[in-house]
Amino acid sequence: MSASSEESTHADHHDHHDDGASHGTFKGYATGFILAVILTAIPFWLVMGKVFDKSSVTAIVILGIAAVQIVVHMVYFLHMNAKSEGGWTMLALIFTMVLVVITLSGSLWVMYHLNNNMMPMAPHEMRNMP
Amino acid sequence: MSELTATAAGTRAASPRYYLTHEHHAENGTLLGFWLYLMSDCLVFACLFAVYGVLGRSYAGGPTGAELFDLPLVAVNTSLLLLSSITYGFAMLEMQRNRTRAVLAWLAITGLLGAGFISLELYEFAHLIHEGAGPQRSAFLSSFFTLVGTHGLHVSFGIVWLITLMVQVGQRGLVAENKRRLMCLSMFWHFLDVVWIGVFTFVYLMGVLP
Repeated sequence: MSASSEESTHADHHDHHDDGASHGTFKGYATGFILAVILTAIPFWLVMGKVFDKSSVTAIVILGIAAVQIVVHMVYFLHMNAKSEGGWTMLALIFTMVLVVITLSGSLWVMYHLNNNMMPMAPHEMRNMP
Repeated sequence: MSELTATAAGTRAASPRYYLTHEHHAENGTLLGFWLYLMSDCLVFACLFAVYGVLGRSYAGGPTGAELFDLPLVAVNTSLLLLSSITYGFAMLEMQRNRTRAVLAWLAITGLLGAGFISLELYEFAHLIHEGAGPQRSAFLSSFFTLVGTHGLHVSFGIVWLITLMVQVGQRGLVAENKRRLMCLSMFWHFLDVVWIGVFTFVYLMGVLP
């Protein structure tokens, strides 16, 4: 390292101090990567191989796998746990997830019913829209 | 959380203490602050996902997702981003061992994988626009380009940030400040991979379902 003496003492001071975030290990990253590869390959296989006849079944299954993969990434790559930064990262994450769920489900729910109550329009009419 | 030591509540002691004595204190709030930024960024993406969820089947008589999306290309893109995640993880592991050259090497590999991801995405966008399926074709394509383009923009800025950090690590080594910056970028990079899980599932895979 080519740091000045002042900086290196500063760095030493920091090194012995936990910075509040948890660190990864090789085992953790490797486990996360293998799980992520499997959880990525399955939905692509389900869709490209047309495994299920009903697309609603496929949609529900791949959304579930995506949720599991997001948790895997959070735990193994982002090192989420209830203890880092005194629990504040977890609290912020839960709060954000609540807002995300309200935004997504609320938008889809409201707009689905709005679409159902609109006048039907055929594709050829749509093409002549201004 | 430890218990509050407000011992001097009733007694008239000289110095009442109203703080937590045993609470674990982070050295600085940068990582927590950056996490809060990521959470707000998550809300931006949630809004764009909601827009795509509402408009994703409004084709306006134009091409559908099943006609446009090239799933093998998306699979290659996904693996590039996933590989870049693990190589960034290796850079972080080398950072813990204070090996500057190995950190720089892994960062360079991560940057190249990210650049490959962006190139493939730009190729896909150019191909779509060339076919007449640009963002102005239908509500579906507008929301598609907005959502995927915003993610691509994030990755592009992540690459700029990564190159900046490589220069800084090369000049000053793995000092505490650079380690902190590398940890912030690590969170940013892994977060973008998490968003991409939503994109390839919700946009591409569900877009080609009949």
